[in-house]
Amino acid sequence: MASAANKRFKQDEERRNADHISFLKYRGYRWLWIALLLSIVSGLGYWLIDQEPRPNGGTWYGYTLGTIGVLLIVWLSLLGIRKRKISEGTWSLKAWTSAHIYLGLSLIVVGTLHTGFQIGWNVHTLAYFLMLIVIITGIYGVVVYAKLPKTLSANRKEMTRADMLEELSVTDRQLDSAAQPLDRAECDLVIGALGQDVFSGGAFGRLTGAYPGCKTARALSNISETGSDAQQSVHTLLTKRAAQLGQIRRHLRNKALLEVWLFIHIPATIALLAALLAHVVSVFFYW
Amino acid sequence: MSHVLLEKTDHLSDTIFKYQKGKHVMATPSDLQLRAGGYEEGGLEGMEFEEGTRERILGIWNKHCGIEDSRMPTYEGDVQGFEVNTKLNAEVTKVEGEKGNFTLTLKSGETIRTETIVLAIGTQGNPNKLRCPGADHPNITPQLDDPEDHVDKNVIVVGTGDAGIENAMGLATDPALGNNVTILNRGTDFAKAKIKNATDLASADEEGHLKIAYRTSPAEVRDGEMVVETETGQEIIPFDMIITRIGSQPSRKFIESMGVEFTSEDRGAFPKLSAEFETTNEGIFVIGALAGYPLIKHCMNQGYDVVEYLATGNAVKPADEPLLEKVFASLPGNESVDHWLKVYQTQVGIFGGLSTLQMRELMLDSICSAFEPGEPIFRRDDPGSSLFAIAQGSVAVEVNPNNPSITVPIGQGSIFGEVGLISGRRRGATIRAAEDVVVVELSRKAALKLIKSSPEAEAEVTRISIERQILQIFGSGLTPDDIAPLVASAETQEIRAGETVITEGDDDKDLYICRIGSMKVEKQMDGKPVFLSLIPAGNFFGEMAVIDGSKRTSTVSASIKSEVIRLPGEGFLQLLDKKPQLRDRALEVMAERRRSNEEIENQNSKADNALGDFSGTAAFLFDQGMGEATDALLIDERLCIGCDNCEKACADSHDGLSRLDREAGKSFAYLHVPTSCRHCEHPHCMTDCPPNAIQRGSDGEVSINTETCIGCGNCKTYCPYGVINMEPVPPEKPNLLKWLMFGSGPGPGQASYSWRKENSEPNVAKKAVKCDMCAGIDGGPSCVRACPTGAAIRVAPDKFINFAKLTEDVED
Repeated sequence: MASAANKRFKQDEERRNADHISFLKYRGYRWLWIALLLSIVSGLGYWLIDQEPRPNGGTWYGYTLGTIGVLLIVWLSLLGIRKRKISEGTWSLKAWTSAHIYLGLSLIVVGTLHTGFQIGWNVHTLAYFLMLIVIITGIYGVVVYAKLPKTLSANRKEMTRADMLEELSVTDRQLDSAAQPLDRAECDLVIGALGQDVFSGGAFGRLTGAYPGCKTARALSNISETGSDAQQSVHTLLTKRAAQLGQIRRHLRNKALLEVWLFIHIPATIALLAALLAHVVSVFFYW
Repeated sequence: MSHVLLEKTDHLSDTIFKYQKGKHVMATPSDLQLRAGGYEEGGLEGMEFEEGTRERILGIWNKHCGIEDSRMPTYEGDVQGFEVNTKLNAEVTKVEGEKGNFTLTLKSGETIRTETIVLAIGTQGNPNKLRCPGADHPNITPQLDDPEDHVDKNVIVVGTGDAGIENAMGLATDPALGNNVTILNRGTDFAKAKIKNATDLASADEEGHLKIAYRTSPAEVRDGEMVVETETGQEIIPFDMIITRIGSQPSRKFIESMGVEFTSEDRGAFPKLSAEFETTNEGIFVIGALAGYPLIKHCMNQGYDVVEYLATGNAVKPADEPLLEKVFASLPGNESVDHWLKVYQTQVGIFGGLSTLQMRELMLDSICSAFEPGEPIFRRDDPGSSLFAIAQGSVAVEVNPNNPSITVPIGQGSIFGEVGLISGRRRGATIRAAEDVVVVELSRKAALKLIKSSPEAEAEVTRISIERQILQIFGSGLTPDDIAPLVASAETQEIRAGETVITEGDDDKDLYICRIGSMKVEKQMDGKPVFLSLIPAGNFFGEMAVIDGSKRTSTVSASIKSEVIRLPGEGFLQLLDKKPQLRDRALEVMAERRRSNEEIENQNSKADNALGDFSGTAAFLFDQGMGEATDALLIDERLCIGCDNCEKACADSHDGLSRLDREAGKSFAYLHVPTSCRHCEHPHCMTDCPPNAIQRGSDGEVSINTETCIGCGNCKTYCPYGVINMEPVPPEKPNLLKWLMFGSGPGPGQASYSWRKENSEPNVAKKAVKCDMCAGIDGGPSCVRACPTGAAIRVAPDKFINFAKLTEDVED
């Protein structure tokens, strides 16, 4: 039976008409403007309001900035939950990311003004520096999120990671049989290349894409390109294998560069929340 | 009752006898009660019939009638014996006389006198022939007796009804026979076949036992080879034998000579029958296939009903009566089934050619309802592909979305909703009851079956749909009378994917309307075709050359298999002369299209290769099935960081299984089409779903009902985009907080196979899983909502595939 007019149709039509707007440009840089406004207002306040005896986290204005800051930090850290909790409702993670970035950046101003430029060896300054570490790694994150996807896509050439490994194993089987006529030393080179873990090279290799111990490269440089038929075909296959490895390694490198900052960003956030708790409790305890 | 059973051959039940050896005979429809004699299981009363092999059934029936036939195994069980006065080898050659005094002349010259005749002769007498050159080739046969007689042969089976499918399966599924079987299907579905047969055939094809050639029809039969017409052109298939199972026609001349009238002149028409199965020549009754109903169970019930009527003088309510009562239950006035059948049949134009029996069958699968004045029957933009017919009252169509008070009436007897039926697109207008109205809604499948089986209905639906489409496209101010000459001269044409309708530079002057599918408009620039625009179903094209008399300025071809209506340009010009408003409207559309085309053409000088990229991207998207998509997921790889949050969100919104594979799928110019449902206009997955579990929902989503899904995998086979998976419902995961705090469970997203296997109950059935566009979830598709960078977008391709959107640059 014909259904009643549906509620979602309008919303769906809007979505189907949508352009591809990135997280940075979301709603005409809405969150950038809000963050700028927050920073400017905080700055103006700091400049214009006469804080006695001197600008400090403990004046009424300092408390105001501190409250804004702590609320922002708690809210910003909730992105981790939002991302994983796929609840109903008209939220969009893109909007959250956009707000996260710009409001996070505004914390540089809000947080710094909250300190009143009083830096020392204490839990308060620890919290401040942890915040800066989180923000700096975050800035790196924004840059790679904006720059790397194109490279990632171009390198992938419509293949999934599983496809890449599958293709590599096909080449490996071909190499295995093609290398049979080679002499002992050359065979060992090929066996070494085939036996080497594709992912060996550690975090350094992952991030730089440099694999100095690559046995495929070594085999390639030691097996003649112009020798016997067997040598030639092994050389061709090794060249292919090297290219495939290159693609996999570039893929891993891109993925690693896209993710590595989170290994600092997230633990630093947790540490920041702890330091923040200590900071707030101590301030009120010793008040 | 004094009677004689006359049989042309030397055995009873010739139709079943001629089935291939060992054939499994079905007893559908299963919800229909068999009433021939009040048979009860083991009661040994009445005539038995339940599904089984041909041999078993004939053995039982022979025993009922006390006939010994060495060719059939004797049934061992007990059955009720009947004293049937049977006369074999008694072919009737002439029938004369009238009710109460008929004389039948047999081939032997013997005559029989009778008061009443019941014809249960079926339609097997007159098999249809191929409609192509070479149809009389000696190696073409309309039937197959024993598949085991045929070894190592190339066999082509034409026809995808039950008989064709069973023959193909019989010849192909035993590999020892070594036959190479191809079955031709003009379309993509098996609407005429029983569901089980269609399912079995599809899986035999998948397993490589035989080959189904879809969208293929015979073009010519030569010695040893058949030329067939496919979507991509002509192909040649070698054969040693061709089996044609394309139906048969009643031995019409013979029946007409008895004074029996048929419902129409058409070849496929059936005799006119009363509700008691009596023909126009009183005293002659017709039951079974000749009455328009080919199922065995129906025929047995009808035989019972007729004999009961003859014996008592009172009509027996047919066995499907209680089912029909339910169908009509919501109609006003507590009227009887017969009343409503009569109302529908006499009032609704497209039902005119149907016999009472066909009518009953059709109504069984339909929804009958009544609406009060002003009540909406459906609304603009509702999804829906069913067809409505008005039995009483009239409806009003709100043609102008901005002003609901402008309406066009559709009167009693007519149909509506046909555009949705044909194009698969959303309803084009809101339709309300104008007065108290009684309608019937035919599902797409039932409507297609009606169109296939009744030429009158087909002609009527085509005519009305063309008329409405023209009225809808060219706006208000036109009446059906204005366009009648144009409609009369209109022609519908099927266009293969990629086939050209209009060629740039040509001088033809016809106007086209895209009826099914979509068209792409291209122009040659610097020797390369440049994509200009997409024309979705329900729009016209080719108007420029008609109106200003110029040569064709661009090439229009089908982006997917489509159907167009061709209107002669002259007729259109005459109409324009008569209707200045229409001319204005057409000029407006033309100017708008010119402007947008010129805009695109001008881009060439501005940006380097922007146009090339645009055309390439458009072509790529068409390749990926966007020409038939209604809502598709695309990923802008300039933004995608590969976090797979879309997949995780998908899994977490739906029982823990992701319905999309982000990484798989093709990309072009950083636009990626992941493996995910496109919600096609005419969904391929719906082609053959035995429990009818795939439906288009209220938001336009094509979704699978997991309650009713039987896990047969047909939809997976039919989907050309590989978006359906067969998976058991996974066990429930510990909640997010437990995972975050204590690391319990597999975390967000689809759990690994091993985790699912370990934590699942054993033997959970696999069911079909696919995207349902997050139907019923507030906020819409979670893949889009969960994308942190805005890379994932779900779009309507007919709106998205244009220059502005495809060349749009996202900033980095």
